Amino acid sequence: MIEFRQVTKRYDSDHTALRQVNFGLQRGELAFLTGHSGAGKSTLLKLIMVMERPSAGEVIVGGQVLNTLPRRQVPYIRRHIGVVFQNHQLLFDRTVFDNVAMPLEVMGTPARDIGRRVRAALDKVGLLSKEKMNPMQLSGGEQQRVGIARAVVNKPPVLLADEPTGNLDPELSADIMRLFADFSQVGVTVLIATHDIALINELGRRTLTLDHGRLVPGAGAAGGRHG
Amino acid sequence: MANEPRKQQSRGAKSARAPWREQAESYLNHHRKVARDSARRMWQSPVASMMTWAVMGVALALPVALMLLLASLEGVSAGWESSARVTAYLNDSVSIEEARELKAEVADDSRVADVELIDRETALEEFRASSGLEDALDYLNENPLPHTLLVTPSESSRTADGVEMLLTVIEGLDGVERVQVDLGWLQRLNAMTDLLGRAVWALALLLAAAVVLVIGNTVRLAIENRRDEILVAKLVGGTDAFVRRPFLYTGAWFGLGGGVVAWTLLQLSLWWLSGPVERLAGLYRSEFSLNGLTIDGALALIIVAMLLGWLGAWVAVKRHLDDIEPGEIAGG
Repeated sequence: MIEFRQVTKRYDSDHTALRQVNFGLQRGELAFLTGHSGAGKSTLLKLIMVMERPSAGEVIVGGQVLNTLPRRQVPYIRRHIGVVFQNHQLLFDRTVFDNVAMPLEVMGTPARDIGRRVRAALDKVGLLSKEKMNPMQLSGGEQQRVGIARAVVNKPPVLLADEPTGNLDPELSADIMRLFADFSQVGVTVLIATHDIALINELGRRTLTLDHGRLVPGAGAAGGRHG
Repeated sequence: MANEPRKQQSRGAKSARAPWREQAESYLNHHRKVARDSARRMWQSPVASMMTWAVMGVALALPVALMLLLASLEGVSAGWESSARVTAYLNDSVSIEEARELKAEVADDSRVADVELIDRETALEEFRASSGLEDALDYLNENPLPHTLLVTPSESSRTADGVEMLLTVIEGLDGVERVQVDLGWLQRLNAMTDLLGRAVWALALLLAAAVVLVIGNTVRLAIENRRDEILVAKLVGGTDAFVRRPFLYTGAWFGLGGGVVAWTLLQLSLWWLSGPVERLAGLYRSEFSLNGLTIDGALALIIVAMLLGWLGAWVAVKRHLDDIEPGEIAGG
């Protein structure tokens, strides 16, 4: 589903964020992406989201080579990728429902389908009763779950998460990880950037480790094994 | 939602429903929603919105007012042109009998509506009465004035060309010394209105550019205020068109408000000026009247204002929206 072939990302002449990264993730696979801060985790996620383009190598998502994708096409790729952020990026000028509905509105989903799918996504994260509230009224863990509902509301085949549990206590983190595991069960490819080692060890999934832009050879790096 | 019978149908046979129809429907729905939403946002900051409308209104009202004035002036010159009369001075040697024959000859022409003969004695009396040169005239031994024919062209010949042609014909007649038509001041008026017309267009263009810039700046601020929303929309796969749409509607609504303000200003100043203008025109025995905007004109004004607003928003969106890319969200 996601494949990196010899991907290098250079920002300036002296700053190389990723060096010849190779890996592949299958459909329904859940993997962690770790590394010290500045190791290139965010850059790797940005390459998948087409927020950045690789300096060399190929990034392939869902069989589509992203390197040469025209700018006009970028939004259509993003519709197939759900993203969860550490700071969740919710909009406080609208309700929880409207926040979660955004990906569907962007796609031009008919209004009656929007209601059904938003409620299904909110139900999945256990926040169905709070759809009319403003995200500001919710706790940190709840806000993060709203972010997850928004990321999965249009059933994307790929789900990315950047430090999704960064601000949460261990119990809430475990809850959220369980949610991600559920999504991978139904065929979503999930890639979670985190440096919460305890959490990684607990789940025992495949782990990609970055060190100064290089993928550390080891159990997770080689390729398409299911986690 | 379950009480909508249509939904029950579509769930079972989704593929049976033409997908393009559904797409178009939701596209239009989105347009409606965005249009409503932009209008609602405008009402939420009424003072700022009204100030923008006022700026636009003044900028639009000024050239339109000048154009109306110009149209009224052109109406006046057209009216006077139609009443232009040709004056034919006859030779000194032409006797009053010959003058009467000439008058009959000219009157036969189909292009002539009416001919009046002013014999030299009458002319002298009139001159004496109106010029105040009685004493000076008394020194003259003989009447220096010729017989004169005053020719009024017929309805169909009351154009610049028609009068010109009639002029040559009368000039060619035996016994006609000189033909004069007092079109000079009319031509000067026409030249002036032409010049004024161009000046008005130049002013209109400048003010239209000002309107575009004002709206552009207002929309730029709106874009800054909704930065987060734009980022998220781009992040979840919103196309450029989707992200632009609310701002383009905002620009068009500003245009609508500005157009209405401009129209109101015009009607108010017209109402305020109509009394004095009538009195002045009355003093000049002129048909002159200030004409307001017709319904078509008012509609055109509002549509042009909306287009300008839209254009201003488009300029701002083009310049600032593309700069907002979600790359910065994810951090380093």
